[in-house]
Amino acid sequence: MTVAAESLGSPALNMTVFGAFVVVSLYVVYRMSHRNSSTSDYYAAGSAFTGTQNGVALTGDYLSAASFLGIAGAIAVHGYDGFLYSIGFLVAWLVALLLVAELVRNTGRFTMGDVLAYRMRQRPVRAAAATSTLVISFFYMLAQMAGAGGLVALLLNVHGKGGQALVITIVGLIMIFYVLVGGMKGTTWVQIIKASILLLCVLLMTVFLLGKFGFSVSALLDEAAAHNSGGRGVLEPGAQYGTSGISRLDFISLSLALILGAAGLPHVLMRFYTVPNAKQARRSVVWAVGAMTVFYLATLVIGYGASALVGSDTILSSTGKENSAAPLLAFEIGGTVLLGIVAAVAFATILAVVAGLTITASASFAHDVYANIVRRGKAEPAAEVRVARLTAVVIGGLAIVGGILANGQNVAFLVALAFAFAASANLSTLLYSLFWRRFNTRGTLWAMYGGLGSCLLLVFFSPVVSGAPTSIFPGADFHLFPLSNPGIVSIPVSFLAGFLGTVFSREQADPRLQAEMEVRSLTGIGS
Amino acid sequence: MTQVIRTPIAEDSPGPPEAGFGGITRQPAPAPTPPGAPDFVSIRNSREFAALRRGYRRFVFPMTALFFVWYLTYVLLAAYARDFMSQRLFGSVNVGLVLGLAQFVTTVAITAGYVRFARRRIDPRVAELRAAAGMPVEVGA
Repeated sequence: MTVAAESLGSPALNMTVFGAFVVVSLYVVYRMSHRNSSTSDYYAAGSAFTGTQNGVALTGDYLSAASFLGIAGAIAVHGYDGFLYSIGFLVAWLVALLLVAELVRNTGRFTMGDVLAYRMRQRPVRAAAATSTLVISFFYMLAQMAGAGGLVALLLNVHGKGGQALVITIVGLIMIFYVLVGGMKGTTWVQIIKASILLLCVLLMTVFLLGKFGFSVSALLDEAAAHNSGGRGVLEPGAQYGTSGISRLDFISLSLALILGAAGLPHVLMRFYTVPNAKQARRSVVWAVGAMTVFYLATLVIGYGASALVGSDTILSSTGKENSAAPLLAFEIGGTVLLGIVAAVAFATILAVVAGLTITASASFAHDVYANIVRRGKAEPAAEVRVARLTAVVIGGLAIVGGILANGQNVAFLVALAFAFAASANLSTLLYSLFWRRFNTRGTLWAMYGGLGSCLLLVFFSPVVSGAPTSIFPGADFHLFPLSNPGIVSIPVSFLAGFLGTVFSREQADPRLQAEMEVRSLTGIGS
Repeated sequence: MTQVIRTPIAEDSPGPPEAGFGGITRQPAPAPTPPGAPDFVSIRNSREFAALRRGYRRFVFPMTALFFVWYLTYVLLAAYARDFMSQRLFGSVNVGLVLGLAQFVTTVAITAGYVRFARRRIDPRVAELRAAAGMPVEVGA
C-alpha cells in the first residue's frame, strides 16, 4: 500500500462530488421553503412530513460522521469492540419506540421543554430544559466540526491549519444558510438526501465486499484478522476495552449512556414534531430502526473489509487514523470515483448533522427562553422566528469558531459525553413526567441539574481532562474519578435526584394538568 | 392508580387545551371551560382510558425490561466472559458475533411486535376515545 500519509485520490473530484451534493440540496432547500414565517413552519415544518420521510431523516440526523467513519474505523482497527458501539446505538431506539416517541409527539409542539414544562412551573423547568438542550447540542456539534478538520486534510489535501480553517468556515456557512432559508423543512430534506446517499453507498460497498469473499462471512473474518496487527484477537471482545478492570467498567458505563441517551437527544426528540400525529411518529421510528439495522450491519462488513483489504497498520499510519478506514477502503475497491462519493457523503454527514443540531438549539432558545421565559408566553410568532434565526446564526458562528479551535484535538469523547448528558438529564425527566403522576417541578429541576452537574463534575475530574497522556491537560493531574464515561454514576444520580426532589417538595402536582397530560400523551386529544 | 369513576365531575373540568403552551397564566385561575373542550379529568377517570393505559403499560414496561436486561447481559458477557464469547461456532464465526447479531434480530423483532400490538390493541382504543371526545380521526400507519 502506498497511500498513507498524503491525500487520497483526486481532491478535485472529491470536491466536485461534494459540490454537486451542496448544489442539489441547496436547490431542494430553496424550492421547499417558500414560506417559513410561522413558528410551526420554522420549527416543525408544519408537522407535514410523513412517518417514512421522517424516519429516513431521523436516520440522517443520527448517523453522524462519528457513526459512519468512526465505527467503521473502530471495527477495522479494534475489531469486535467497534461492533459493540453499533449495537448500543441501534438497541437504543427501542427506548424511543416504546416509551418516548408517540407520547412526546402527542404532548409537545416544538421542543423538549414543551413536554417537561407541561404540568410544572413554566419558567424554571423551561430554563433547565433549554440549558440541557444547548449544552448537549453544543458538545455534539463541536465533535462534528472538529472532525471536519481531519477529513479536510485527508480528502482535499489541505494540510495547513489556515486552509483547514477556511474549509471549516465554508462548511459552517453553508449549514447556516440551510437553516436560515430552509427552516425545519429544508433541514429535513437535507437529512433525507444525505441518509439516502449514505445508505446506498454503504450497501453497494457491502455487497461488493461480500461478493469478493464469496459471500462467506468466515472468509472475510479470516482475512480481516490476517491483516490486523491485533491478529485473531480482533474477532473477540476486549481488544480495546478488555485491558483492565477499569476499562471494562468504562465500557459498561459507555454502553449505559448509549442505550439510554439516544431517546433523550434534543435533536432526535424535535424530529417527532415534524409529523402530524403519534402514529406517524411510531412509523418514523420503525423506518429509522430498519434503516439503521441495515446501516450498522453494513458497517460491520465495511470495517472488517477495511482491515482485510487495507490493513490496520496502513489505516493507523494515514492522516485521518481510524477515521480514514472507510475512505481508504473505498479507494481500494472503487478507485477515485468511489472515494469521491464516500468523501462527499462524509462531508454531507457533518453538514447535515450540524444543521439539525443548530435548528434544535435555536428552537429551544427562541421557544423556551425567549417566548416562554422572557416574554412569558406572549411572544409574537414572527418575533419568535426572528429570534430563532438570529440564534441559529450565533450558534453557527460558535460552531465554526469551536471547530477551528478544536481542530486536531482529541474530541471523540464529546459524542459519548453528549449521550451521557442526554441519558442523565433528559431521559430521566421525560420518563418521570410521562409516567409518574406525583412528579413535580422540584423533582424535574433536581433530576435535570443533578444529572447535568454530576456528569460535568465527573468528566472534569476524570482522565479525559487530566492525569493521562491523552488528557486535555496531560501535564496536570487532578483526576479523582477513574472512568472516562460518567454514565454509570450520573444516570442513577439523576433518577435518584428526581425521586428525592419530588418526595421532599411540599408542592402538589396539579391534578388537572396531570390528567390533561396523561390523556393527551396517550391519545393525542387536545394536541 | 386504576380507580374507575364513570360519572364525569363537572367542577373538575379543565381549562382550554390551548392554554397548555406558554401558559404561566393558567395556573392560578383556570379559565372557564369553553363548550366543546375535552374534559380531561373525566376521560382520565373513565374505564375506557384506564383500559388503554393498562394495556399500553402491560406491553411496554415488560418489553423494556426484557431488552434492557438482554442488552446488559450481552455487554457484561463481552466485558467479563471473553473466553465464552471467543468460542468458535462455525468457521471463524464465534459466540460473540452470533450474540451481537442476535441483538439486531431481537431489536427488529421487538419493533415488529410493538407495531402489531399497537395496531391491534392501542389504535382502536385511541380512536374510540378520540371519537367520544369529538376529536378528528388520526390518519396514517
